[in-house]
Amino acid sequence: MPAYKAPLREIRFVLNELLEAEKLPELVPDFADATGDTVEAILEEAGKFCEEVLQPLNHPGDEEGCHFDNGTVTTPKGFREAYATFIEGGWTSLPCDPAYGGQGLPKLINFAVEEMICSANLSFGMYPGLSNGNYNAIHAHGSDEQKALYLPKLVDGSWTGTMCLTEPHCGTDLGLCKTRAEANPDGSYRLYGTKIFISAGEHDFTENIIHLVLARLPDAPAGIRGISLFVCPKFIPDADGKPGTRNPVVCGSIEKKMGIKASSTCVMNFDGAQAWLVGKPHKGMSAMFTMMNTARLAVGMQGLGIAEAAYQGAVTYARDRLQMRALTGAKFPEKPADPIIVHPDVRRMLLTMRSITEGCRALAYWIGYHLDLSQHHPDIEKRQESDDLVALMTPIVKAFLTDHGFHAANLGVQVYGGHGYIREWGMEQLVRDARITQIYEGTNGIQALDLVGRKLPTGTGRLARRFFHPVADYIEQTSEKPEMAEYVLPLAKAFAKLQQATAWIAQAGLANPNEAGAAATDYQRLFALTALGFMWCRMVEIALARKDDDRDGFYAAKVQSARFYMARILPETNSLFTILMAGSDSLMAMPAESF
Amino acid sequence: MKVLVAVKRVIDANVKVRVKADGTGVETQNVKMSMNPFCEIATEEAVRLKEAGKATEIVAVSLGNAQCAETIRTALAMGADRGIHVQTDVELQPLAVAKLLKAVVDKEQPGLVILGKQAIDDDANQTGQMLSALLGWPQATYASKLVINDNGTANVTREVDGGLETVEVKTPFVMTTDLRLNEPRYASLPNIMKAKKKPIDALTPEQLGVDPAPRLKTLKVTEPPKRQAGIKVGSVAELVDKLKNEAKVI
Ligand SMILES: Cc1cc2nc3c(=O)[nH]c(=O)nc-3n(C[C@H](O)[C@H](O)[C@H](O)COP(=O)(O)OP(=O)(O)OC[C@H]3O[C@@H](n4cnc5c(N)ncnc54)[C@H](O)[C@@H]3O)c2cc1C
Repeated sequence: MPAYKAPLREIRFVLNELLEAEKLPELVPDFADATGDTVEAILEEAGKFCEEVLQPLNHPGDEEGCHFDNGTVTTPKGFREAYATFIEGGWTSLPCDPAYGGQGLPKLINFAVEEMICSANLSFGMYPGLSNGNYNAIHAHGSDEQKALYLPKLVDGSWTGTMCLTEPHCGTDLGLCKTRAEANPDGSYRLYGTKIFISAGEHDFTENIIHLVLARLPDAPAGIRGISLFVCPKFIPDADGKPGTRNPVVCGSIEKKMGIKASSTCVMNFDGAQAWLVGKPHKGMSAMFTMMNTARLAVGMQGLGIAEAAYQGAVTYARDRLQMRALTGAKFPEKPADPIIVHPDVRRMLLTMRSITEGCRALAYWIGYHLDLSQHHPDIEKRQESDDLVALMTPIVKAFLTDHGFHAANLGVQVYGGHGYIREWGMEQLVRDARITQIYEGTNGIQALDLVGRKLPTGTGRLARRFFHPVADYIEQTSEKPEMAEYVLPLAKAFAKLQQATAWIAQAGLANPNEAGAAATDYQRLFALTALGFMWCRMVEIALARKDDDRDGFYAAKVQSARFYMARILPETNSLFTILMAGSDSLMAMPAESF
Repeated sequence: MKVLVAVKRVIDANVKVRVKADGTGVETQNVKMSMNPFCEIATEEAVRLKEAGKATEIVAVSLGNAQCAETIRTALAMGADRGIHVQTDVELQPLAVAKLLKAVVDKEQPGLVILGKQAIDDDANQTGQMLSALLGWPQATYASKLVINDNGTANVTREVDGGLETVEVKTPFVMTTDLRLNEPRYASLPNIMKAKKKPIDALTPEQLGVDPAPRLKTLKVTEPPKRQAGIKVGSVAELVDKLKNEAKVI
């Protein structure tokens, strides 16, 4: 696998040229420090770290995997040291609250850093990723005492965190959760039960691990409304906040699995482990949901990271590998054969990877930008507007970017031919690593249900309007410009289909919920492809305006990628539309026994 | 002891350098620039001296166009305390740089000046030596180890042909770094943030009373000739034979 290079030019294009993020410090006083030159320095240094420290560990980490021995987990060679360097660099503190030692930088910048980490080494990224989810939950719902005790350690990375939701009989349906909490006289609780698939549940990076656990109180109502959230440290902090007594929360085993092998996936047994309630009794799920947006977006960034790595690998190989002659005659007569990049089918694969990956980056960063506005804009109305848009687009970013990550990794293997299937080249690892991102943090099918069943109906379509109105306005304004016709017309067509499908789902789904359920995944993809079409229009507008100052051909390549997207990717919306409008009949008619 | 570190902005080591079409130089527009790797080593050494309590203040100096301020920021993010930027758009050659640095040293009075042994763009390997001559200070070049003694001297281990040589120098002195002196750290995020708030003083060659005009004229810059295709040999014996009789190297 050729070396990954942090795509800083691409990242800068989206941050500075598309989103004008240099203006964030003026717009949002909380981000006064996030000026262009500082952000540039941060991205450069993070990129260097990912290229030089994380990437070299990716393949060996996959080969070696994690080791389990009687409750302890050892990560692959070099990971522990890399994590130490990572926290020495202060990277875990980037988006965190300055009150607890964070740098208070925009989440948008963290998105860019996360993308690079996931390109370089997805397994490694799991550990700080989970910690950040844990941090967000405690920050939003913990008591002042809990925050003072745990947050500084999670911010500086000297302790890591987990999210313990899944149990053997419940993943999607957490209402079935059986882990129970019994009250201690001192106001704390004892947890009993087994959690499975817990990422970073046990490892050798840090002196302590802080578990956030969903469990039931004795008087809990049945189902999802009877779940509470608890914080349960591996070592109970003593009076000085140092790791003290070992708590009986023990790793029973680790899973052997398809990918992300350097990330430990643990069975965690709670045998009366001492824990403290976070937030209100029975409100555990809503506490989880406040951090879920960020976590789901972060998983989307994992998909993006993999897609970028796969694309870079594929392009390098396609330029090097000599096979057959171009259909129109030899392009490199002095060589024994032409490089495969001359062949239309190879170009189809490369441009599919490229144009969707760049569109995904634009979409995700745009939502990241609004995530920051939703939390920090001084104007409460602006916060609400951004919050609506983020809520609407979160399932789309999570599902579409991870679907694309897997698809792009798969195309990457195809470009390599047989060598793609051979471990040594590193391309098949990307496929295996990418696969989980479509499953955890809510499967992509569940994301589609969230979009259709929860987000669309909210406020009688208020969330949807945060996307539909700006796109409609944009199409109207831009359709006047002759140089944009090639891009805006296809967008307008796809957008019309999306509007029609949205209206149909609202109506048909009301009469028969199976209609909404049957349409959800195709609808989500239709929505995502249209959103990418919108991003591509905006990007190509910038590229066209700057094409006269284009020494390195960057803008010309943008224009070409945009043309490819509009001509050969966006039309998929037509078939998606046809499929979802076919309704649920053919899908629901077959009795379960006939399968 | 105050330490002055000279840092140069050069084309990044990973960039494939292209010669300008008109042969007047190399293409630097839209090309990634970074701190010269030997200057990173110089900065790292200064920061280590400060961490060890041997240095009290680190001043990073860069000379050149407006963007050199970014290179100074990089040094500040690694741990330097403040910066001096001598601004000029004139093409700077080693003698001009040495004269400008001498003027800065006269103002700042450091106990030690650390430079890279060479910059990876022009590979001149002259500036440190010229500076020491202009200052009349001792020099210790190609350093792979530095020990500051308490009696106003320092021991510097130098990489020389065939081995290592250790010299004793009196402070103040000029040192140039070799690759093995240390491994530069990654700038930490908090230090990148702090670097923003550290001061950078801007000076001009006129203020320093130095005429930086080039003394050497570049006649032409061309790409090295393309490598010829190789051949495959059938056996070790054939290889040895060719090395002996065709290449005549063994
Ligand atoms: C490597 C790895 C790491 C993980 N890390 C963590 C972690 O750190 N913490 C944690 O708590 N969990 C973690 N998980 C668990 C993960 O989040 C769950 O596997 C996931 O939520 C799906 O749950 P499940 O496996 O029980 O599948 P199920 O819920 O049984 O789903 C099976 C299938 O049915 C579909 N389905 C279920 N319900 C519906 C419905 N209502 N409508 C339509 N389709 C439906 C799903 O989409 C899926 O395709 C991890 C899992 C893995 C493999």
